[in-house]
Amino acid sequence: MRSAVIVFPGSNREMDMVAALEQASGKKPALVFHKDTELPEVDLIVLPGGFSHGDYLRAGAMAARSPVMAEVRRRAEKGVPVLGVCNGFQILTEAGLLPGALMRNASLRFVCKNVTLRCENAQTLFTGAMEAGQRMTVPCAHMDGNYFADADTMKRLEDSGGIAFRYVDGEGRTTEEANPNGSLDNVAGVFNETKTVLGLMPHPEDATDPLHGGTDGRALFHGLAEALA
Amino acid sequence: MTDTTKTPGITPEIVAEHGLKPEEYRKVLEIMGREPNLVELGIFSVMWSEHCSYKSSKVWLKKLPTQGPQVICGPGENAGVVDIGDGMAAIFKIESHNHPSFIEPYQGAATGVGGILRDVFTMGARPIMNLNALRFGSPDHPKTRHLVSGVVAGIGGYGNCVGIPTVAGEVNFHPAYNGNILVNAMTVGLAPADRIFYSAAAGAGNPVVYVGSKTGRDGIHGATMASAEFGEDSEEKRPTVQVGDPFTEKLLIEACLELMATDAIVAIQDMGAAGLTSSSFEMASKGGVGVELDLDRVPLREEGMTPYEIMLSESQERMLMVIKPGREELTRGIFEKWDLDFAVIGRLTETGKMVLRWHGEVAGELPIDPLALASPEYDRPWTPTTPPPPLDPASLPERDPLEALETLIGCPDLASRRWIWEQYDHLVMGNTVVRPGADAGVVRLPAECGGGKKGLAAKVDCTPRYCLADPVQGGRQAVAEACRNLYAVGARPLAVTNNLNFGNPEKPEIMGQLVGCLQGMGEACRALGAPVVSGNVSLYNETEGKAILPTPTIGAIGLVEDVARIPGAGLAEAGLALVLLGRTRGELGQSLYLREIEGREEGAPPPVDLEAERAAGELLLALIAKGRVSACHDLSDGGLLVAAAEMALAGTVGCALDVPGETPKTAWLFGEDQGRYLLAVRDADAILSAAEAAGVPAVRVGETGGDALKLSDGSAISVASLRRAHEGWLPAYMAAELAAE
Repeated sequence: MRSAVIVFPGSNREMDMVAALEQASGKKPALVFHKDTELPEVDLIVLPGGFSHGDYLRAGAMAARSPVMAEVRRRAEKGVPVLGVCNGFQILTEAGLLPGALMRNASLRFVCKNVTLRCENAQTLFTGAMEAGQRMTVPCAHMDGNYFADADTMKRLEDSGGIAFRYVDGEGRTTEEANPNGSLDNVAGVFNETKTVLGLMPHPEDATDPLHGGTDGRALFHGLAEALA
Repeated sequence: MTDTTKTPGITPEIVAEHGLKPEEYRKVLEIMGREPNLVELGIFSVMWSEHCSYKSSKVWLKKLPTQGPQVICGPGENAGVVDIGDGMAAIFKIESHNHPSFIEPYQGAATGVGGILRDVFTMGARPIMNLNALRFGSPDHPKTRHLVSGVVAGIGGYGNCVGIPTVAGEVNFHPAYNGNILVNAMTVGLAPADRIFYSAAAGAGNPVVYVGSKTGRDGIHGATMASAEFGEDSEEKRPTVQVGDPFTEKLLIEACLELMATDAIVAIQDMGAAGLTSSSFEMASKGGVGVELDLDRVPLREEGMTPYEIMLSESQERMLMVIKPGREELTRGIFEKWDLDFAVIGRLTETGKMVLRWHGEVAGELPIDPLALASPEYDRPWTPTTPPPPLDPASLPERDPLEALETLIGCPDLASRRWIWEQYDHLVMGNTVVRPGADAGVVRLPAECGGGKKGLAAKVDCTPRYCLADPVQGGRQAVAEACRNLYAVGARPLAVTNNLNFGNPEKPEIMGQLVGCLQGMGEACRALGAPVVSGNVSLYNETEGKAILPTPTIGAIGLVEDVARIPGAGLAEAGLALVLLGRTRGELGQSLYLREIEGREEGAPPPVDLEAERAAGELLLALIAKGRVSACHDLSDGGLLVAAAEMALAGTVGCALDVPGETPKTAWLFGEDQGRYLLAVRDADAILSAAEAAGVPAVRVGETGGDALKLSDGSAISVASLRRAHEGWLPAYMAAELAAE
């Protein structure tokens, strides 16, 4: 699996992502700067976490208009898989590559803690190494992760397997306590219509080494490496 | 601000407004050989402020141990540098932002983090972890919630955006901080040991380069504000607080590290307190050169700024560099790539003078060395603190220890800080091995440093109530506890940084606290082999004449040889033996039990036996290296019973504790005797014999298991009830803010 990680001004989890991708694929991802207008030939494009442009406007709004994003969009339209984590998810919604929006956390506070995710659709190239209903514990770290979409969009997502992950408790229930940010229906991640673009708020890349305190995040990267080998 | 290059003359009122004493102004006249203009006076004022000159503390700071085989660079540079092996160095420092944080908690705390980050990456290091030590007033004080909320959000807002994990810290509440909170921020960074950058300017003719943010009117006279007591008008000082821009800081880190990989930089210094004035003076003074600055070239945020404002602005996220001639375009290219300002604003000279040019005229001309080196230095009168007599534990009433435990574990000083550290990104960079809430934070070092097995541990500590009662013991204890927290995660202490927060040094009893704490600190640093390599002094922490508790915060770092062997912080398995390392006499003087349960702040604090500290620490390191320790926690506030409860809370099982008869029960369970650790181990006999061989007192005190904390008299409290008390207090306290507003 050849991959590229986009570096926006203010990206700060790009190296975490590089480590996880390299561990799963054995190949070093290319780092591509936001001012670049070309991308190398890759099987996966990743938008990492951080505070692009400081999130001084809406989170991800300015990065979505970066020069490199025109090429990311072209590749995504051609079917090249795109993964956005945290700020990357916010950028994908701002770029219109994913539905919905990420609002300020309901607590109005930044939240960094472990959350439990439930895989809602295991029939995609991102989730091939998981089973539907499988739970994984990974950290989240964000200020604006409160997912919202209008009722029609939510229904369409629900009906078409567009919801990728939900926040759940230890028994797999979508409780309010398990939801770190107030996301509608505990949504933690969504796909585009063709299931080739995935955005999620938590950080599977920071749960890929026993020293992280858990390796549940590996399933995502290993599944991708297998599907895109 | 009026035109400052042509002034009507300096009156005694103007001198006083600049925080200079009449005798200090006489020295100004002597150095200048004439009356200074306002720009020049402003420069003297900030350079000689307590904040920049350490004029009250310098004499005593010189007595601290600052050397050791591991020390690459001690105090005097932007931060301390120690060798951690494998060709790498750790660069670290702690710094206060107390006054600004009280006036404007979010920006004050945020820019405190920004400033300390710059001190570290200025020297060539990529920051790898942040810590903070916070002291707030009484929870009942009407301002406390607002300050906690703002400070925590500010620290998080800055560190999270820049992308440096905040891995450890400490928080106290005490009425002595009602009018003067403490915000001490620490950063640890990593650099190749042969690529450290210093601030001494060199090479007449070399260009002086300004990079980073534009200069605005914010923070003018921040350094003088931070050197004065607060009065009732402190609210009016808000315009002197700077505003942070963590996004620009992040870009600045990346651009500086990119430039540092080239050969362009001769010297570099961040513009912190006293901005362009202090950075240019320090660089020129250290290098023994002169400097000419063309103030027309300084990138400005606002129109109509005067030389006075440009020189004294404390706008954040700015750096000053001297680069090699011919490297201007390379440097410009890197900073423009990162969308940062770049300007050549001057040249080094051989005149030994600073000349400021503005609109074709000389706006100021000052001799560098007399100003920078001849800043006032005071050997202020001091009176030693007389420590109170020891407290007799037998004088205390008998109480149910588990009821007392439930109160203590949920009291403001011991309640869980989860509400705070969940607002800090403590995982970014993907190397956090020990998260907040444990004894110390640990970050894994990169593979080129020990093959990915090594880690760097860090912790900040101080027990101000001990320091107030007995500054010498308190100074020792701050170092000993910080190092103990490192030992507890299997780290050998390397060096420390100190943040000396005290009241008005012109009062002999306050000066006595400073002198006593420094004496104890020096003794402990020598005994534990952890020299002081950097630090910061914050005096005049008083409001309307009331001083804070003496708070000499210690930030310590240590090296973990194998991160896979770090013991857990919590009890994770039933059937393990609990072993207490260290001697227990039952010291209840100045204990948290005495304050929270009996409502008394009395007695002598626990004495610190430095040899015993070292022996226990070394024994623990050896036991951890052999893999014999399943879980470990140091004993501090609240003593043995609180430590056992904290281990149960951090894990998944409870424990049972024996209560021997020979020491009064309360003293055994809640005494704060120093140099102790509670260990959960598989083979207690092996631990006890190793301890005996090492001359460290050790005793088996119980075993793990169940879902409660049980005493040998049959009483018990469920871990669930302890958890409710422990986790409940801070969120409930902070939620009341929303209800109140």
